[in-house]
Amino acid sequence: MKLELVAAKKWINLFVEKIEDNKSELNELDTAIGDGDHGTNMDRGAKAITDSFAKKDPDNLSDLYKTTAFAMIQKVGGAAGPLYGTAFLDMSKAVKTDNLELSDLIQIGSDGLKRRGESDVCMKTMIDVWQPIATAMKNGNFNQQTINEALNENKAMVATKGRASYLEEKSKGHIDPGSQSSAYLFEALLEVMGV
Amino acid sequence: MKYGIVIVSHSNEIASGVKKLIAEAAPDLSITTAGGTDDNEIGSSLEKIQQAVDDNTGDEILAFYDLGSSKMNLDMLIEMSDRKIHRYDVALVEGSYAAATLAEIESPLNVIENSLKDLKIK
Repeated sequence: MKLELVAAKKWINLFVEKIEDNKSELNELDTAIGDGDHGTNMDRGAKAITDSFAKKDPDNLSDLYKTTAFAMIQKVGGAAGPLYGTAFLDMSKAVKTDNLELSDLIQIGSDGLKRRGESDVCMKTMIDVWQPIATAMKNGNFNQQTINEALNENKAMVATKGRASYLEEKSKGHIDPGSQSSAYLFEALLEVMGV
Repeated sequence: MKYGIVIVSHSNEIASGVKKLIAEAAPDLSITTAGGTDDNEIGSSLEKIQQAVDDNTGDEILAFYDLGSSKMNLDMLIEMSDRKIHRYDVALVEGSYAAATLAEIESPLNVIENSLKDLKIK
Protein backbone atom coordinates (compact mmCIF):
# COMPACT_ATOMS: atom_id res chain seq x y z
CA MET A 1 0.00 0.00 0.00
CA LYS A 2 0.93 3.66 -0.33
CA LEU A 3 0.25 6.55 1.99
CA GLU A 4 -1.18 9.61 0.23
CA LEU A 5 -0.90 13.19 1.46
CA VAL A 6 -4.13 13.40 3.48
CA ALA A 7 -3.47 10.12 5.29
CA ALA A 8 0.19 10.96 5.84
CA LYS A 9 -0.74 14.32 7.35
CA LYS A 10 -3.19 12.57 9.65
CA TRP A 11 -0.39 10.16 10.60
CA ILE A 12 2.02 12.92 11.63
CA ASN A 13 -0.71 14.85 13.47
CA LEU A 14 -1.70 11.72 15.41
CA PHE A 15 1.97 11.13 16.27
CA VAL A 16 2.20 14.71 17.60
CA GLU A 17 -0.90 14.07 19.72
CA LYS A 18 0.50 10.85 21.16
CA ILE A 19 3.83 12.47 22.01
CA GLU A 20 2.05 15.32 23.81
CA ASP A 21 -0.22 12.90 25.69
CA ASN A 22 2.70 10.70 26.77
CA LYS A 23 5.35 13.31 27.48
CA SER A 24 5.74 12.33 31.15
CA GLU A 25 5.80 8.60 30.38
CA LEU A 26 8.67 9.18 27.94
CA ASN A 27 10.48 11.28 30.53
CA GLU A 28 10.07 8.48 33.09
CA LEU A 29 11.48 5.86 30.72
CA ASP A 30 14.40 8.17 30.03
CA THR A 31 14.96 8.78 33.76
CA ALA A 32 15.57 5.05 34.21
CA ILE A 33 18.33 4.71 31.60
CA GLY A 34 19.08 8.20 30.25
CA ASP A 35 18.93 11.84 31.25
CA GLY A 36 15.18 12.07 31.76
CA ASP A 37 14.30 14.52 29.00
CA HIS A 38 13.15 12.44 26.02
CA GLY A 39 9.49 13.35 26.64
CA THR A 40 10.25 17.05 27.05
CA ASN A 41 12.49 17.04 23.97
CA MET A 42 9.99 15.16 21.81
CA ASP A 43 7.15 17.37 23.03
CA ARG A 44 9.13 20.42 21.92
CA GLY A 45 9.62 18.76 18.52
CA ALA A 46 5.92 17.85 18.33
CA LYS A 47 4.88 21.44 19.01
CA ALA A 48 7.37 22.64 16.39
CA ILE A 49 5.75 20.30 13.84
CA THR A 50 2.32 21.77 14.63
CA ASP A 51 3.71 25.32 14.36
CA SER A 52 5.39 24.58 11.03
CA PHE A 53 2.19 23.06 9.57
CA ALA A 54 0.24 26.11 10.76
CA LYS A 55 2.75 28.43 9.09
CA LYS A 56 2.70 26.54 5.82
CA ASP A 57 0.39 23.62 5.26
CA PRO A 58 2.49 21.08 3.28
CA ASP A 59 0.88 20.45 -0.11
CA ASN A 60 2.89 17.39 -1.10
CA LEU A 61 4.33 14.32 0.64
CA SER A 62 7.94 15.38 0.29
CA ASP A 63 7.26 18.73 1.97
CA LEU A 64 5.26 17.05 4.71
CA TYR A 65 8.14 14.76 5.69
CA LYS A 66 10.75 17.50 5.19
CA THR A 67 8.86 19.92 7.44
CA THR A 68 8.54 17.18 10.05
CA ALA A 69 12.27 16.46 9.78
CA PHE A 70 13.34 20.09 10.21
CA ALA A 71 11.01 20.69 13.15
CA MET A 72 12.63 17.72 14.90
CA ILE A 73 16.19 18.68 13.90
CA GLN A 74 15.79 22.27 15.06
CA LYS A 75 13.78 21.83 18.22
CA VAL A 76 14.37 18.45 19.85
CA GLY A 77 17.90 19.19 21.12
CA GLY A 78 18.82 15.63 22.18
CA ALA A 79 19.92 12.67 20.07
CA ALA A 80 16.34 12.05 18.93
CA GLY A 81 16.50 15.27 16.86
CA PRO A 82 19.10 14.22 14.30
CA LEU A 83 17.78 10.62 14.37
CA TYR A 84 14.11 11.32 13.63
CA GLY A 85 15.30 14.22 11.48
CA THR A 86 17.46 11.98 9.29
CA ALA A 87 14.75 9.31 8.99
CA PHE A 88 12.14 11.83 7.83
CA LEU A 89 14.58 13.75 5.64
CA ASP A 90 15.58 10.57 3.83
CA MET A 91 11.89 9.68 3.49
CA SER A 92 11.12 13.14 2.07
CA LYS A 93 13.82 12.67 -0.59
CA ALA A 94 12.61 9.16 -1.44
CA VAL A 95 8.96 10.09 -2.03
CA LYS A 96 10.06 12.78 -4.46
CA THR A 97 11.56 10.45 -7.03
CA ASP A 98 9.91 7.07 -6.60
CA ASN A 99 6.43 5.71 -6.47
CA LEU A 100 7.19 4.11 -3.14
CA GLU A 101 5.39 1.42 -1.19
CA LEU A 102 4.86 2.30 2.46
CA SER A 103 7.09 -0.61 3.51
CA ASP A 104 9.93 0.81 1.40
CA LEU A 105 9.40 4.23 2.92
CA ILE A 106 9.74 2.87 6.47
CA GLN A 107 12.77 0.82 5.40
CA ILE A 108 14.40 4.02 4.09
CA GLY A 109 13.68 5.67 7.45
CA SER A 110 15.19 2.70 9.28
CA ASP A 111 18.29 2.80 7.05
CA GLY A 112 18.62 6.52 7.81
CA LEU A 113 18.64 5.76 11.54
CA LYS A 114 21.33 3.13 11.04
CA ARG A 115 23.51 5.54 9.09
CA ARG A 116 23.09 8.51 11.42
CA GLY A 117 23.47 6.49 14.61
CA GLU A 118 26.18 4.25 13.12
CA SER A 119 24.16 1.42 14.63
CA ASP A 120 21.94 -1.55 13.85
CA VAL A 121 19.25 -3.75 15.42
CA CYS A 122 19.77 -5.34 18.86
CA MET A 123 21.69 -2.39 20.32
CA LYS A 124 18.60 -1.24 22.27
CA THR A 125 17.76 1.73 20.10
CA MET A 126 14.75 2.90 18.07
CA ILE A 127 16.00 0.75 15.19
CA ASP A 128 14.61 -2.22 17.15
CA VAL A 129 11.16 -0.82 16.42
CA TRP A 130 11.63 0.64 12.93
CA GLN A 131 13.34 -2.39 11.39
CA PRO A 132 10.92 -5.17 12.45
CA ILE A 133 8.03 -2.95 11.41
CA ALA A 134 9.54 -2.28 7.99
CA THR A 135 10.03 -6.05 7.61
CA ALA A 136 6.50 -6.91 8.81
CA MET A 137 5.05 -4.37 6.37
CA LYS A 138 6.99 -5.90 3.51
CA ASN A 139 5.55 -9.30 4.50
CA GLY A 140 2.07 -7.84 4.80
CA ASN A 141 1.60 -8.68 8.48
CA PHE A 142 2.17 -5.41 10.31
CA ASN A 143 -0.16 -4.98 13.29
CA GLN A 144 -0.20 -3.99 16.97
CA GLN A 145 1.41 -7.32 17.81
CA THR A 146 4.48 -6.33 15.75
CA ILE A 147 4.92 -3.19 17.86
CA ASN A 148 4.35 -4.99 21.18
CA GLU A 149 6.83 -7.72 20.34
CA ALA A 150 9.43 -5.20 19.19
CA LEU A 151 9.11 -3.30 22.48
CA ASN A 152 9.29 -6.49 24.55
CA GLU A 153 12.45 -7.59 22.80
CA ASN A 154 13.95 -4.14 23.15
CA LYS A 155 13.17 -4.16 26.88
CA ALA A 156 15.16 -7.37 27.40
CA MET A 157 18.25 -6.08 25.57
CA VAL A 158 21.47 -4.72 27.05
CA ALA A 159 22.25 -1.35 25.44
CA THR A 160 25.41 -1.19 23.35
CA LYS A 161 24.72 2.18 21.71
CA GLY A 162 23.69 5.56 23.06
CA ARG A 163 23.80 6.90 26.59
CA ALA A 164 22.15 3.77 28.08
CA SER A 165 25.19 1.75 26.97
CA TYR A 166 27.18 3.31 29.85
CA LEU A 167 24.85 1.40 32.19
CA GLU A 168 25.71 -1.95 30.60
CA GLU A 169 23.71 -4.78 32.32
CA LYS A 170 21.64 -2.26 34.28
CA SER A 171 19.99 -1.12 31.04
CA LYS A 172 18.22 -4.49 30.86
CA GLY A 173 14.53 -4.55 31.81
CA HIS A 174 13.77 -1.00 30.66
CA ILE A 175 12.25 0.04 27.35
CA ASP A 176 14.51 2.42 25.41
CA PRO A 177 12.62 5.75 25.36
CA GLY A 178 13.32 6.36 21.66
CA SER A 179 11.84 2.94 20.91
CA GLN A 180 8.72 3.89 22.87
CA SER A 181 8.30 7.18 21.00
CA SER A 182 8.82 5.26 17.75
CA ALA A 183 6.11 2.84 18.90
CA TYR A 184 3.74 5.83 19.18
CA LEU A 185 4.68 6.82 15.64
CA PHE A 186 3.73 3.38 14.33
CA GLU A 187 0.61 3.08 16.48
CA ALA A 188 -0.46 6.35 14.87
CA LEU A 189 0.27 4.78 11.49
CA LEU A 190 -1.83 1.70 12.35
CA GLU A 191 -4.77 3.96 13.20
CA VAL A 192 -4.43 5.76 9.87
CA MET A 193 -4.17 2.45 8.00
CA GLY A 194 -7.30 1.30 9.84
CA VAL A 195 -5.70 -1.95 11.03
CA MET B 1 45.34 29.22 6.62
CA LYS B 2 44.93 25.75 5.26
CA TYR B 3 43.05 24.34 8.26
CA GLY B 4 40.56 25.73 10.73
CA ILE B 5 39.12 24.03 13.78
CA VAL B 6 35.48 23.62 14.80
CA ILE B 7 34.59 22.53 18.33
CA VAL B 8 31.14 21.00 18.92
CA SER B 9 30.01 20.35 22.48
CA HIS B 10 26.81 19.75 24.41
CA SER B 11 27.82 22.62 26.64
CA ASN B 12 28.41 26.19 25.56
CA GLU B 13 30.97 26.58 28.36
CA ILE B 14 32.92 23.49 27.33
CA ALA B 15 33.06 24.67 23.71
CA SER B 16 34.26 28.15 24.58
CA GLY B 17 36.62 26.78 27.25
CA VAL B 18 38.26 24.40 24.80
CA LYS B 19 38.60 27.23 22.29
CA LYS B 20 40.29 29.44 24.88
CA LEU B 21 42.66 26.63 25.80
CA ILE B 22 43.73 25.66 22.29
CA ALA B 23 43.95 29.28 21.08
CA GLU B 24 46.93 29.62 23.43
CA ALA B 25 48.75 27.06 21.33
CA ALA B 26 47.42 28.40 18.04
CA PRO B 27 46.82 32.15 18.13
CA ASP B 28 46.59 32.57 14.34
CA LEU B 29 44.25 29.65 13.69
CA SER B 30 40.56 30.07 12.90
CA ILE B 31 38.78 28.31 15.79
CA THR B 32 34.99 28.47 15.88
CA THR B 33 32.57 26.79 18.27
CA ALA B 34 29.06 25.36 18.51
CA GLY B 35 28.17 24.76 22.16
CA GLY B 36 24.79 23.77 23.58
CA THR B 37 21.34 24.26 22.09
CA ASP B 38 19.98 27.44 20.51
CA ASP B 39 18.88 28.52 24.02
CA ASN B 40 22.34 27.68 25.43
CA GLU B 41 20.90 24.70 27.28
CA ILE B 42 22.73 21.35 27.32
CA GLY B 43 22.39 19.67 23.94
CA SER B 44 23.48 20.30 20.37
CA SER B 45 22.25 22.51 17.60
CA LEU B 46 22.59 21.97 13.86
CA GLU B 47 22.14 25.71 13.36
CA LYS B 48 25.06 26.55 15.65
CA ILE B 49 27.28 24.00 13.91
CA GLN B 50 26.31 25.54 10.57
CA GLN B 51 27.25 28.98 11.91
CA ALA B 52 30.59 27.73 13.28
CA VAL B 53 31.42 26.22 9.88
CA ASP B 54 30.30 29.37 8.02
CA ASP B 55 32.39 31.60 10.30
CA ASN B 56 35.51 29.46 10.03
CA THR B 57 38.11 30.90 7.65
CA GLY B 58 40.20 27.73 7.19
CA ASP B 59 40.27 26.22 3.69
CA GLU B 60 39.37 22.89 5.27
CA ILE B 61 37.89 22.18 8.67
CA LEU B 62 39.05 19.81 11.38
CA ALA B 63 36.01 19.07 13.54
CA PHE B 64 36.01 17.79 17.12
CA TYR B 65 32.99 16.88 19.26
CA ASP B 66 32.08 15.44 22.64
CA LEU B 67 28.99 13.19 22.86
CA GLY B 68 26.44 11.36 20.72
CA SER B 69 24.10 14.00 19.37
CA SER B 70 26.98 16.47 18.76
CA LYS B 71 28.40 13.85 16.44
CA MET B 72 25.07 13.15 14.75
CA ASN B 73 24.34 16.84 14.16
CA LEU B 74 27.90 17.33 12.91
CA ASP B 75 27.47 14.40 10.49
CA MET B 76 24.20 15.86 9.28
CA LEU B 77 25.90 19.18 8.58
CA ILE B 78 28.81 17.44 6.82
CA GLU B 79 26.25 15.78 4.50
CA MET B 80 24.60 19.13 3.76
CA SER B 81 27.69 21.35 3.51
CA ASP B 82 29.92 22.06 0.51
CA ARG B 83 32.91 22.69 2.78
CA LYS B 84 35.59 20.05 3.25
CA ILE B 85 35.15 18.90 6.85
CA HIS B 86 37.20 16.20 8.58
CA ARG B 87 35.59 14.65 11.67
CA TYR B 88 37.78 13.11 14.36
CA ASP B 89 36.50 10.56 16.91
CA VAL B 90 39.13 11.53 19.44
CA ALA B 91 39.30 12.92 22.97
CA LEU B 92 37.97 16.47 22.55
CA VAL B 93 40.51 18.44 24.57
CA GLU B 94 43.66 16.48 23.78
CA GLY B 95 42.73 15.92 20.13
CA SER B 96 41.82 19.51 19.31
CA TYR B 97 44.89 20.75 21.20
CA ALA B 98 47.24 18.47 19.27
CA ALA B 99 45.61 19.36 15.94
CA ALA B 100 45.68 23.09 16.69
CA THR B 101 49.37 23.02 17.61
CA LEU B 102 50.24 21.30 14.34
CA ALA B 103 47.83 23.26 12.14
CA GLU B 104 49.28 26.50 13.50
CA ILE B 105 52.67 25.66 11.97
CA GLU B 106 51.02 24.60 8.67
CA SER B 107 51.66 20.87 9.16
CA PRO B 108 50.25 18.60 6.45
CA LEU B 109 47.08 16.61 7.17
CA ASN B 110 48.86 13.25 7.43
CA VAL B 111 51.08 14.63 10.20
CA ILE B 112 48.07 16.02 12.06
CA GLU B 113 46.14 12.79 11.66
CA ASN B 114 49.11 10.76 12.78
CA SER B 115 49.19 12.68 16.06
CA LEU B 116 45.45 12.03 16.54
CA LYS B 117 45.72 8.29 15.99
CA ASP B 118 46.38 7.38 19.61
CA LEU B 119 43.69 9.73 20.92
CA LYS B 120 40.80 7.88 19.28
CA ILE B 121 38.31 7.01 22.01
CA LYS B 122 34.98 6.71 20.20
